[in-house]
Amino acid sequence: MDNKKLLLSAKDIEIEFTLRGKVLKAIRKCSLDIYEGETVAIVGESGSGKSVFTKSFLGMLDANGSITGGSIMYDGTDISKYKTEKEWMTIRGKKIAMVMQDPMTSLNPLKKIGKQIQESIELNQGVKGPEAKRLAIEMLEKVGIPDAARRANQYPHEFSGGMRQRVVIAIAAACRPQILICDEPTTALDVTIQAQILDLIRELQKDLNMTVVYITHDLGVVANVADRVAVMYAGQIVEFGNVNEIFYDAWHPYTWALLSSLPQLGVKGEDLPTIDGTPPNLFNEVKGDAFAPRNRQALAIDFEEEPPYFAVSETHMAKTWYLDPRAPKVEQPKSIRMLREKMKR
Amino acid sequence: MPDKEKLIEVKDLQITFGSGRKKFVAVDHVNIDIYKGETFSLVGESGSGKTTIGRAITRINPVSAGEILFKGQRISGKISKELDREVIKKCQMIFQDPMASLNERAKVDYIVSEGLYNFHLYKDEADRKRKVEDALREVGLLPEFASRFPHEFSGGQRQRIGIARALIMEPEFVVADEPISALDVSIRAQVLNLLNRLRKSRGLTYLFIAHDLSVVRFISDRIGVIHKGRIVELAEAEELFIHPLHPYTQALLSAVPIPDPELEKKKKLIVYDPSIHDYSVDKPIWKEILPGHYVYGNQRELDGYQREIEAAAV
Repeated sequence: MDNKKLLLSAKDIEIEFTLRGKVLKAIRKCSLDIYEGETVAIVGESGSGKSVFTKSFLGMLDANGSITGGSIMYDGTDISKYKTEKEWMTIRGKKIAMVMQDPMTSLNPLKKIGKQIQESIELNQGVKGPEAKRLAIEMLEKVGIPDAARRANQYPHEFSGGMRQRVVIAIAAACRPQILICDEPTTALDVTIQAQILDLIRELQKDLNMTVVYITHDLGVVANVADRVAVMYAGQIVEFGNVNEIFYDAWHPYTWALLSSLPQLGVKGEDLPTIDGTPPNLFNEVKGDAFAPRNRQALAIDFEEEPPYFAVSETHMAKTWYLDPRAPKVEQPKSIRMLREKMKR
Repeated sequence: MPDKEKLIEVKDLQITFGSGRKKFVAVDHVNIDIYKGETFSLVGESGSGKTTIGRAITRINPVSAGEILFKGQRISGKISKELDREVIKKCQMIFQDPMASLNERAKVDYIVSEGLYNFHLYKDEADRKRKVEDALREVGLLPEFASRFPHEFSGGQRQRIGIARALIMEPEFVVADEPISALDVSIRAQVLNLLNRLRKSRGLTYLFIAHDLSVVRFISDRIGVIHKGRIVELAEAEELFIHPLHPYTQALLSAVPIPDPELEKKKKLIVYDPSIHDYSVDKPIWKEILPGHYVYGNQRELDGYQREIEAAAV
């Protein structure tokens, strides 16, 4: 990782939303470095802020939300200070593009598929008319749509879910972005299609030399695609590391809980381990470790003081008091240690 | 498993939509027996007809050919009014999307007791209230929730309301149509545990419909794999995962994401190509190739599967 070029560096990002006069702290000091050519996955349950965090890289926050602290360094400038759409348009689509979760709603139902890709090419690559159309068809072929020239003349409703997601990916990749953010790209799709879409993104990544950021709650997808993983909880990254470190040697209790509640690791006839309670209400100030109220083995200090990041290895950090040398010795749950063994079966 | 009591028998079931040139066969010659107390799962991709089968058993979709038996009695097609009411009470359904399947304008109290109202299954108001409270408590919700509206609840809680609504009818058989697909990972485990617990405490039998095979392995006793309206393979859960025979089952299994980076990155994806089956002369049949393990194929394919089994046994 040392020789890789740092592409984007978000530091201590804070994002607030104003809802009915109240302030919701959606992101509480999140930092993430993205290196050239790698695949980063951000995992967490709904409401953990994983989408909001990445949307801030493109200036796509809802109107009632804003970045209130921290910086996002990209290409020598702090893009978190951008205010106008005009400034954002130099980044959005051209440099950083996004694939949304639901291919049913992210395409315009009244426009032909080819036109929609062409639009993105004309806007971002400065080519017009027939040339852009040719590039659009080429892009369709690249994402594996057979008979692309004919299909380009069809409307979204004539495409299946998987095919539509391919089109959405084509639109995003047509602008040759440096970073492609995929927000739950396969959640709305069947397993067989899911595997194909993941393969497609991987191929495009190699072809177009892109860096990919996945947002997902499916740890199977993470295991498939990611080089590095960041686990998010209540607006913070609680643990990050290389994919193997997160799966085989996790240290944050939330990561443990996520991994051990997987049905794949369950023993038939026994209850699956679950996570009690609900995530904290981010309208209120969170005291200590946000996960402590749901953690059956929480330490007293977890309720008092927010833990800092502790290094597990050079590349692996976890935000938990368990790793403090003064903390009582806590063992990783059995299911985590068994993960490797069980999966071999 | 021959000594077990058959709760549901599906015989040569065929369901078609539309007619003439627009005719579409959604379910084609499906045979399943579901035994009392087991969890039987149907897996397949969207549009394969798995939900349609579930809906046919609960009498939501009419049957075009074949029949469905509940405790030995025919419940498909024209049946007496009494039997119809009986089936509605005894066979309940849990729906996929808890955001869409609850009446937004009704309080939880009404949603849960709607079935009671329809069938007058309560002595008086106090009895009804008590039943609602019991049902809510049984699914892990507080009785106070009865006076709230669905939008006040999270996805997992709403799914529990959906389960309470099914339970209050005291069913014997529950069709759970993708009950956890719309839920968050951390909530999935809770709902699965709840379903498992209810099966034990209430002696329920489930038809579990899913496309996520990892969940299915954990929860089911037997699994049927369905492709384009036809069941192509049926076996006990572990058997199916260890010795999948039909190429479609193999493709489906190969696509399941494994939460283990080393194995997942080594995994080889199998793509199913339906054109490998040449059924022009040699007609396919539904055959029990090993005790309890059925597969759909023609004689040549079945011979091939047989050889695979023998090779695996050595």
